[in-house]
Amino acid sequence: MLASVFSLVSAALFVNLDAVDVAFTEAAVGAGISTILMLGTVAITARREAPSTRPRALPLTVVFLTGLALVYGTLDMPRFGDPAAPAQVHVAPKYIEDTAREIGIPNIVTAVLASYRGFDTLGEVTVIFTAGIGVLLLLAATIRDPQGAGVRAMHHHLVLRVVTKVLIGPILLFALYVQFHGDYGPGGGFQAGIIFAAAFIIYALVFGLETARRAVPGRIVRLLLAAGVLLYGGVGVVSFVFGRNYLNYSVLGPDMITGQHIGILLIEFGVGMTVAAVMVSTFYAFAGQHAPIRDEEW
Amino acid sequence: MTAVLIDAVSWAFIATGSALVVTGALGLVRMPDFYTRMHPAGVTDTLGADLVLVGMMCQAGLSLVTVKLFLIGAFLFFTSPTSTHAIANAAHVAGLKPGFAEVPKRRPRGTEPGEGER
Repeated sequence: MLASVFSLVSAALFVNLDAVDVAFTEAAVGAGISTILMLGTVAITARREAPSTRPRALPLTVVFLTGLALVYGTLDMPRFGDPAAPAQVHVAPKYIEDTAREIGIPNIVTAVLASYRGFDTLGEVTVIFTAGIGVLLLLAATIRDPQGAGVRAMHHHLVLRVVTKVLIGPILLFALYVQFHGDYGPGGGFQAGIIFAAAFIIYALVFGLETARRAVPGRIVRLLLAAGVLLYGGVGVVSFVFGRNYLNYSVLGPDMITGQHIGILLIEFGVGMTVAAVMVSTFYAFAGQHAPIRDEEW
Repeated sequence: MTAVLIDAVSWAFIATGSALVVTGALGLVRMPDFYTRMHPAGVTDTLGADLVLVGMMCQAGLSLVTVKLFLIGAFLFFTSPTSTHAIANAAHVAGLKPGFAEVPKRRPRGTEPGEGER
């Protein structure tokens, strides 16, 4: 609970610092999905940590020394907010000035993330993909097979069922809006994927995991998991085919700006697919650990 | 003149909404029992947030921002009471009794009130 409150407060902090994209992602991931997964973890394990038997002096020393080394490494960096720092003098003005000319979208954050620093975003998406695979590898051995059909969960909870039914459509629409509006305002693939996954998770929470698994089977989710990263990497390979370097979107369209737009749309879509699939499959893995609570036990 | 009027109206909404939020926070701290605490929490989420949003809509005038604010307000209007209901329901199902009262036993489905185990 404290973790989700912390995420919410830091999202507000990011808004205060004018980093709205980051705030959006932090609010969605931290205050939303992380809380669900943390609750799922606590439900599977226990509420209190087992007391550790090994002495804690050595790990503490290692951590402390590593922290000292990191702090020492940052002593060389320019002061926080220093207007003469290389980031403010060279990098930021180049992005701010060149975005309108070379990429042509209003949201400079998306331009930097998707085009100027496309390699880093490819790394991010691969990290998310790897994390999802890691969770699935750890938990898949104990996922029970879906048993039986038509387990009506939450029959008594009429309010939740009705409101969820009403809300899932708008949530999915909003996810699509955020996905494709990343060029013009805060948004983009990461946030949209999270919101997309949230719709499926609330469906699974209210209507039962089995119903959700029949609506979106596990193998389709795993397929999407890989397809997103494949799409992203594939766009880079297409740039190879056209004779330019990896992830150079300029060649994807008749002129540079159109090519950039197409490239950004495609890779953001790949990011959204992978993020949504990772969240849904992780939730399936966590929630599938329990036998479903039968309706009479509510 | 209308600008002053719109400003005054939006001030009134935002001030009322903020007062409700503060009252909700106060109630959350001071109420004796879980169920009585859910009430101010729900008020903060629903009415406080919605009134502040209406105040902001007055400030924004007739524009796309107003439509977006209205959509947010409608969303909060539906989901905040639902979440309050969900929390209270979960507590009830988990067996938390209200502070000073007896919870009526859940009767099996298909029986009249008064039937069941005697």
